[in-house]
Amino acid sequence: MSDAPDTLFRTLADPTRRAIFERLCREGEQTVGALTTQAGVSQPAVSKHLGVLRQAGLVRDRQEGRQTHYSARVEALAPLADWTNEMAGFWTRRFDQLEDLLKRMDQ
Amino acid sequence: MTDNADTRSVIVERDIPFPPEKVWRALTQPQLIADWLMKTDFEPVAGRRFAFHSEWGSVDCEVLTLEPLKSLVYTWNAMGLESVVTWTLTPTGAGTRLRMEQAGFKPEQGPFYTGAMASWPRLLDALAALLARVN
Repeated sequence: MSDAPDTLFRTLADPTRRAIFERLCREGEQTVGALTTQAGVSQPAVSKHLGVLRQAGLVRDRQEGRQTHYSARVEALAPLADWTNEMAGFWTRRFDQLEDLLKRMDQ
Repeated sequence: MTDNADTRSVIVERDIPFPPEKVWRALTQPQLIADWLMKTDFEPVAGRRFAFHSEWGSVDCEVLTLEPLKSLVYTWNAMGLESVVTWTLTPTGAGTRLRMEQAGFKPEQGPFYTGAMASWPRLLDALAALLARVN
């Protein structure tokens, strides 16, 4: 599997982190404080998640005075639009499982 | 993997050292399908709707055509992604040549391009869980 979708999946695998990203997609630019209100985790935890999201290219930040504003980079999801890569892996593994079953059906 | 102007396809093809009758059973009997693919209420009847279920979600399907021991075609719709899965069985000296082609949706119709951000969380959820499961 190519690198980009893998990083995106790993980054978005965490449900709290994913929820933060989804909120930025839906609601637009926000500060860490605003994101913390519904996050269900502490502000330092939210900051940590935002750091990981930024590293993956999924969010960008903007300084305004002492506040940092985060926004989603929806374009970073572009590799996921190539669903064929992921499904090719899925079906290849299914074929392996099918062959295993067919061998067992012999016995 | 082919890519034309309208759709994309995933093709997996393999020589299976078992006769078509056996492969066909594995493709069409629900208790066998559950072993290698997913839990299902599949029935080998044209026009019959069915589903595949896994811990990360469901796939909604409908049997389009079937030719016993030769081909099976059904729709495969999951998370707003629409596709058609075609199984083709060809007898060989050593068993069966089994081909799976999943043809479907153009990326331009996908949630990313239409800006349907609501569908992305579920898609990502499902794909992340799928990777965790099969890796």
